[in-house]
Amino acid sequence: MNAKELRQYFPILHQEVNGHPLVYLDNAATSQKPIQVIEAVDKYYKEYNSNVHRGVHTLGSRATDGYEGAREKVRAFINAREAAEVVFTRGTTTAVNMVAYGFARAFLKPGDEIVTTLVEHHSNFIPWQQAAKATGATFKFIPLAEDGTVTLEAVKQAITANTKLVAIHHVSNVLGDTTPVKEIAEIAHRHGALLFVDGAQGAPHKKIDVQELDCDFYAFSSHKMCGPTGVGVLYGKREVLERMEPVEFGGEMIDFVEHFDSTWKELPWKFEGGTPIIAGAIGLGAAIDFLQEIGLDNIERHEKKLVAYAMEQMREIEGLTIYGPAENRSSLITFNLAEVHPHDLATVLDSHGIAIRAGHHCAQPLMRWLNVTATARASFYLYNTEEEVDALVAGLKKAKEYFGNVFS
Amino acid sequence: MSSLDDLYRRVIMDHYQKPRNRGKLDESEGLVVNLNNPTCGDSISLSLKVEEGKVVDAKFLGEGCSISMSSASMMTEAVKGKSAEEALKLAHIFSDMMQGKEIDDSIDLGDIEALSGVAKFPARIKCATLAWKALEQGIRQAGES
Repeated sequence: MNAKELRQYFPILHQEVNGHPLVYLDNAATSQKPIQVIEAVDKYYKEYNSNVHRGVHTLGSRATDGYEGAREKVRAFINAREAAEVVFTRGTTTAVNMVAYGFARAFLKPGDEIVTTLVEHHSNFIPWQQAAKATGATFKFIPLAEDGTVTLEAVKQAITANTKLVAIHHVSNVLGDTTPVKEIAEIAHRHGALLFVDGAQGAPHKKIDVQELDCDFYAFSSHKMCGPTGVGVLYGKREVLERMEPVEFGGEMIDFVEHFDSTWKELPWKFEGGTPIIAGAIGLGAAIDFLQEIGLDNIERHEKKLVAYAMEQMREIEGLTIYGPAENRSSLITFNLAEVHPHDLATVLDSHGIAIRAGHHCAQPLMRWLNVTATARASFYLYNTEEEVDALVAGLKKAKEYFGNVFS
Repeated sequence: MSSLDDLYRRVIMDHYQKPRNRGKLDESEGLVVNLNNPTCGDSISLSLKVEEGKVVDAKFLGEGCSISMSSASMMTEAVKGKSAEEALKLAHIFSDMMQGKEIDDSIDLGDIEALSGVAKFPARIKCATLAWKALEQGIRQAGES
């Protein structure tokens, strides 16, 4: 793949920010959208906007075909057995909460355990923490290795016969490590526990095969993988989703409504109360087409090369600390520059047109574990280039020089 | 770098490097307000001693960027010795300044004026106002007790 050529599809990248060409390195927060996705959403609203699953009329059928067609694209994208295992949600956060309410709160009791790590994004942490609090289940953490990674030895230590659910990141949004999902699934299943995987930073960057990983749930967001905001996916194995309770009641998700009780539609619709995010799902379908055409393996290779190229130069900068594993990193680098607070650093870089993230990255427990209050993060995607890495490195050097000067 | 220089004026960096009134008051001496900025992780712990409607002493501890910490340093310096009413008025002026509103230039703001450049950096306004929010809360608490 050729990142420079792919840039032509992203209108937003062709602009100047603060007098410099935009260098967008905040992709772990949200990715930019190619024209194919923008046009798919536009076309839906201009040509066949209609509600799904109820209209007898032609537009209703077209909208339903578009929406359900997108579900099939997601199914193929993650290699789920059937489209019924793909539930559209508002995003990863909603997906985690659906399982936290529909499974954890519905079935767990005192003595049961929910096992997770301190690396998790708040979205894959608080819903479980609160579910444990509400049910009296124990909330446990897999001890981390020195570089913040999750080893199988530690997983084996933490999971017991009482563990009912293991919730873990596929790729950390701070450390960039990838967890051994398949092996963790095997350990969890051996103990009769289910495995929930937060794939928000996984699905956009690498090929996902949920059957191969054998996880029970896999959640991700459209907006981090070239799709629109406001839509995401909860994958769940059929037998698990069937046991799970719906958490949103309303139109669209019912079978029969009696005076004093109701029954639910079959999967996946029992989890999709109300008019769904039709345009968003269609946009996500277009994003999947776009990514598949490039090839997820190519995207992963490109990003690993960029990260290695960036790490090599960043290691040379005196006073710069990089967090997370030294090897085998996904597409982001979290760091701090001595003497320069990450917010100040982000402002200086922004004045050079370079967009990075600064803060706690929705991972306060991890920040405490790292013993920092905030960090800076540069995160890459398929359209980033080596020249942009050079711009980042030059920007970091300038920031260091700038703050060195104001301090002296 | 010109707008950056406007943001990071020398006096700001001076307060960041050499914060004034850093520390905390004994619990018997005053009240403590803890605030943080949940979007970025900045935090402040402001100790205030208010007696007979007057801010007798102010100290702060905290973690954060140059803007939030220098703002806290400047704020404690500015309100010490002022009446609670004057301190609140200053907080309002500061809030107006952050929103880029015209402010009464007959009031001598001292070092605080250096933070006026923050108004041009919307993402950083919350950094600058954190300490002032703590001040407002502290004075309100003092009035209630």
